[in-house]
Amino acid sequence: MSDSAYVASSASAIPAAVPTTTVPSRDSARHSVLVRVTHWITTLCFFALLVSGVEIVISHPRFYWGETGNDLTPTLFKLPIPSSRDLVPTGYGYVLPDQNGWSRYLHFQAAWLMILTGFLYVIAILLNGHLQRDLLPGKSDRSWRAFSTAIASHLRFERPSAAEAWSYNLLQRLSYLFVIFVLFPLVIWTGLAMSPAFVSAIPASVNVLGGQQSARTLHFFVSLALVLFLLVHVGMVWFAGFRSRMRAMLTGK
Amino acid sequence: MSNLTRRKLITTGLAATAGAAGLGVAARLAEKYGLIPPDHGGFYGLGETLTYASQRLLTRHSFAREFSRSQISKPPFANEIPPQNDAFKRLQAGGFADWRLEVNGMVARPASFSLAQLKSYPSQSQITMVQCEEGWSYIAEWIGVPLSQVLQAVEVHPHARYVVYYSIDPDWWESIDMADALHPQTFLTYGMNGDELPVASGGPLRLRVPRQLGYKSVKYITRITATDSLKGFGKGLGSASPEGGYAWYAGI
Repeated sequence: MSDSAYVASSASAIPAAVPTTTVPSRDSARHSVLVRVTHWITTLCFFALLVSGVEIVISHPRFYWGETGNDLTPTLFKLPIPSSRDLVPTGYGYVLPDQNGWSRYLHFQAAWLMILTGFLYVIAILLNGHLQRDLLPGKSDRSWRAFSTAIASHLRFERPSAAEAWSYNLLQRLSYLFVIFVLFPLVIWTGLAMSPAFVSAIPASVNVLGGQQSARTLHFFVSLALVLFLLVHVGMVWFAGFRSRMRAMLTGK
Repeated sequence: MSNLTRRKLITTGLAATAGAAGLGVAARLAEKYGLIPPDHGGFYGLGETLTYASQRLLTRHSFAREFSRSQISKPPFANEIPPQNDAFKRLQAGGFADWRLEVNGMVARPASFSLAQLKSYPSQSQITMVQCEEGWSYIAEWIGVPLSQVLQAVEVHPHARYVVYYSIDPDWWESIDMADALHPQTFLTYGMNGDELPVASGGPLRLRVPRQLGYKSVKYITRITATDSLKGFGKGLGSASPEGGYAWYAGI
């Protein structure tokens, strides 16, 4: 139990070539049950949100800035795709099947499940030390030098050391922290800022974003950032050894 | 037992207790305050119930944002409307002089209002946003009488929990709970941007529910029924929207 904490600190204290002797015994889990369960619930919800989000966007693939926007107002940008509604001037002579009904139900269902899972995860990692131990950069890594070294080694596509299978490296920690504490809160906020009922209770939530259409546009871009993270995340898992990383996140071993 | 294992046990125990207690409290609150939407059944029921219940608790008395006159959308936007039926065309030919709004159900004095009678109440106006579930929006000034005044005039029964409202198009009907029905911004609207309400925007009479998406603001209102249960209406899901696959509560 306590060895994993030991590894994390010793690995960061000796950045180069960590001796294999510090790798903990094989019977301790690489990922706790909590991390594994919340990870896969989040994965499931993310795909549900992505598919339903795309379906919702194609009913009006135009984006605006400010409070209002419609077919008569200028756009900030348009997605070059056909729409599922025939009023939208897309330049295409046909409409896509309209799937908004179930997409909207699914979007909010998945959002709720993901938010509840996220709360459970954040409270648990605050209490059990996972945040402190495995996500916040170690003391020796809190410098620009450590950061640039990590960037450089990533750019050289160095294969991760054996010890890195047992703890997150610096860039991994920073990107996970960014996703958990910046992108997820932002995507929830910009989503809520589109709700006429929610903003009636908390008008500042949409006013500071510049308006309801601004919130919609920002929601789109934060979602894009999350998709980008997903692609890099899966790419890195592939690069580090898909089978063993997948096994670790599924079984813990 | 190591410290970490004990901590884990305590954490898990606390989380489980909090979860169970939370569910118990939530169920009790939901029962007491009517926080369960009529379309709570089925696969998406959990999400719908959580959305409706949490927003009801948060927004029971809150006001939809109002905007300045300079923010009114120019040119005014009007969504596509279905072709008008013969009943509508006949009334339109008569300048809507024979348009009637029936108010019945759980009310002491069922009544039928002409547009002139509705206009005899002190008129109010609001500059609010219409947001479509598709993603577009516009701001307009809406002129009319708060639905609560009409409900007061017919003496709605204190046990009524919902108001069901019908368009002249028989396939188009919605309902809202009393929190929205009695809300000061829920208007029976007959004017827009300082003028008559155009047919394209729902004239001669539209029910504006500005704290929900546009599809709850039904055009061409002819009938309002107060009720304590939505079970006997259509398929019992609350309105035409869930029957067509859309959420009954659209505060999103």
